[in-house]
Amino acid sequence: MSIDANTAEQVKELEVDKYKYGFVTDIEMETAPKGLNEDIIRFISAKKEEPYWLLEWRLKAYRHWLTMEEPDWAKVGYDKIDYQDLHYYAAPKNIDRPKSLDEVDPELLKTYEKLGIPLKEQELLSGVVAVDAVFDSVSVATTYKAKLTEMGVIFCSISEAVREYPEIVEKYIGSVVPYSDNYFATLNSAVFTDGSFVYIPKGLRCPMELSTYFRINAENTGQFERTLIIADEGAYVSYLEGCTAPQRDENQLHAAVVELVALDNAEIKYSTVQNWYPGDENGKGGIYNFVTKRGACRGENSKISWTQVETGSAVTWKYPSCILQGDNSIGEFYSVAITNNAQQADTGTKMIHLGKNTRSTVISKGISAGRADNTYRGLVKIMPKAEGARNFTQCDSLLIGNKCGAHTVPYIESRNPSARVEHEATTSKISEDQMFYCMQRGLSSEAAVSLIVNGFCKEVMKELPMEFAVEAQKLIGISLEGSVG
Amino acid sequence: MSILSIENLHANVGETEILRGINLKIEPGEVHAVMGPNGSGKSTLSYVLAGRDGYSVTGGSVEFKDKDLLELEADERANEGVFLAFQYPVEVPGVTGMTFLREAYNSRLRYEGRDEADAMEFLKLVRSKAKDLNMSDDMLKRPVNVGFSGGEKKRNEILQMAVLEPKLAILDETDSGLDIDALKLVADGVNALRTSERSMLIITHYQRLLDYIEPDHVHVLAHGQIQRSGGKELALELEANGYAEFFDGKV
Ligand SMILES: Nc1ncnc2c1ncn2[C@@H]1O[C@H](COP(=O)(O)OP(=O)(O)OP(=O)(O)O)[C@@H](O)[C@H]1O
Ligand SMILES: [Mg+2]
Repeated sequence: MSIDANTAEQVKELEVDKYKYGFVTDIEMETAPKGLNEDIIRFISAKKEEPYWLLEWRLKAYRHWLTMEEPDWAKVGYDKIDYQDLHYYAAPKNIDRPKSLDEVDPELLKTYEKLGIPLKEQELLSGVVAVDAVFDSVSVATTYKAKLTEMGVIFCSISEAVREYPEIVEKYIGSVVPYSDNYFATLNSAVFTDGSFVYIPKGLRCPMELSTYFRINAENTGQFERTLIIADEGAYVSYLEGCTAPQRDENQLHAAVVELVALDNAEIKYSTVQNWYPGDENGKGGIYNFVTKRGACRGENSKISWTQVETGSAVTWKYPSCILQGDNSIGEFYSVAITNNAQQADTGTKMIHLGKNTRSTVISKGISAGRADNTYRGLVKIMPKAEGARNFTQCDSLLIGNKCGAHTVPYIESRNPSARVEHEATTSKISEDQMFYCMQRGLSSEAAVSLIVNGFCKEVMKELPMEFAVEAQKLIGISLEGSVG
Repeated sequence: MSILSIENLHANVGETEILRGINLKIEPGEVHAVMGPNGSGKSTLSYVLAGRDGYSVTGGSVEFKDKDLLELEADERANEGVFLAFQYPVEVPGVTGMTFLREAYNSRLRYEGRDEADAMEFLKLVRSKAKDLNMSDDMLKRPVNVGFSGGEKKRNEILQMAVLEPKLAILDETDSGLDIDALKLVADGVNALRTSERSMLIITHYQRLLDYIEPDHVHVLAHGQIQRSGGKELALELEANGYAEFFDGKV
């Protein structure tokens, strides 16, 4: 949510008058002034008419955050973020929209064209119009929603869930990613504005893929998005996050939290294709994406599977993880991370084996081009009670050109002698042989790179739901444009 | 008008001159065989014609269908109709044969300003060509050349040629590594593609292939030049005598 000059002006005035009028009581105001303090958090909570326990939780997180240090161990470098220089709440009407597509970065529009995104949606994505203006298909979404509701599925914004289903939210929020977890998750707990909520009732296989795309008011979930997905006993759900088109967004910092809970015999499949603005060739203006995603396989025979294709952001710091608590539970992580130009990605996963015969699989494909840096950092931890636990990890890196880097940092901790942990890692380059072979068959150098890279990522791409996979394939080609001479 | 006209072609690999003045004309519909000792520059010639990076032309000219071939990028040459069946076909992990072929086929269509092929039609086309070469559908579902036997790789090259229908096909030792049955299949495949328009340049070490694919002309390439040209009887002569007469102290 970026704020136009006019609003900023107003906010300045408010800040001056803050002590005179008492800011907290001024419920009429739509935008919180810049900065972070307890009053701002109370303001957000009040605006959202939250129950007292949630406000308390937010404040606890905030107080904890004040004692924390911003992590610097990840192999990413970025300009220091001034947390007092951000707005933590702004109502949608203050969004600084471009008035027409003429005002939108032509590079962005070119990408939309290549992806074959219809004009209406281009307008939506670039912020020219609001969600409801485009989705006459809002009615489509509503139809879906009605059907889902009939089956007992809850799929709504987290704010709505807090109002309508407070007992479920209270039971599960922070139960996978506690408010004190890490610097960015703690900040998120204090100030999150919106996100998605999903609950699948016992025994139900959710018959359609749930997607943020179909959530009404998906807009303005903002930079501190919070998602909570619960699959009750025997339930199944496949959830798609995001959109393959790069979204115009002026928030530099994104610190989302995603929590998944799978009870006995439940399965959650969570797929992400993430393509935020990576910035210009030097990374300027790109998004910093620091997200905490974690799933708890809480029940026996439960399963959580993360699949992600990451091509965006200037800086990515992201470790979707699984806590394998229930006996015989399964955790999977399939990832493609592409970095080009000045992008930096530090990603990986954590598989924590607690229960007996828990199994995890990690397939990570990192592609670096330009001057980009790509790091895989993975932790496999086998706890003493995880009798018979097994992990298989495969990390492959592909380098395009010779100015980029790939790093693999596996951590393995096994405290149970019956556990089996396997790790394989490879680093390769796109060979001149392969390029010539493809080009001799008529492919342009860019098409050749795209084909070879898609081949390299095959094992991960096949985990994506069909319609996502096709788009993701195109996206890989686009994100590597200009990576060969 | 010749389809290919090579005049006094000189080319280097790195600092070393490998091609030292090649002259060769190929007319539409003709099949030319090039034979010659190991290291004489046969594959180099094929790479130079196909436009591979790292092979620099230092002199001479090559015209292909009245165009200056040397001006074109490798992919443009391919789309103009130059096809090279590789001596050592390259593995492309994760990319199935079908996908690879479709990309290649559609590249050509786009180059010609035409619409991409209908997926079902294309599938049918490839399957029927594969059947002619006794290649199973399974093969097309596997990643290109990955784990293929030597003979399977060569057959796969011919399949690609059959689908792409080039104007000039350069076959670099396509017969090496084939068993007798496969050799016959491949030769049948190649012969089926012979038309009054399509020309071929067949690089081989063995006269036997030329029993199946009868060439119009045979050339001997040694130390970077074509030393002798003749009819198919030249191949028989080489088989009997080897290349000794071409080695007068030079490499
Ligand atoms: N990349 C390279 N770097 C250095 N020398 C090279 C390179 N490629 C080819 N050569 C040299 O060029 C010469 C010609 O090689 P080429 O592969 O064209 O021979 P050929 O006639 O195809 O031989 P063969 O019958 O064994 O396939 C050889 O001496 C070879 O070592
Ligand atoms: Mg050779």
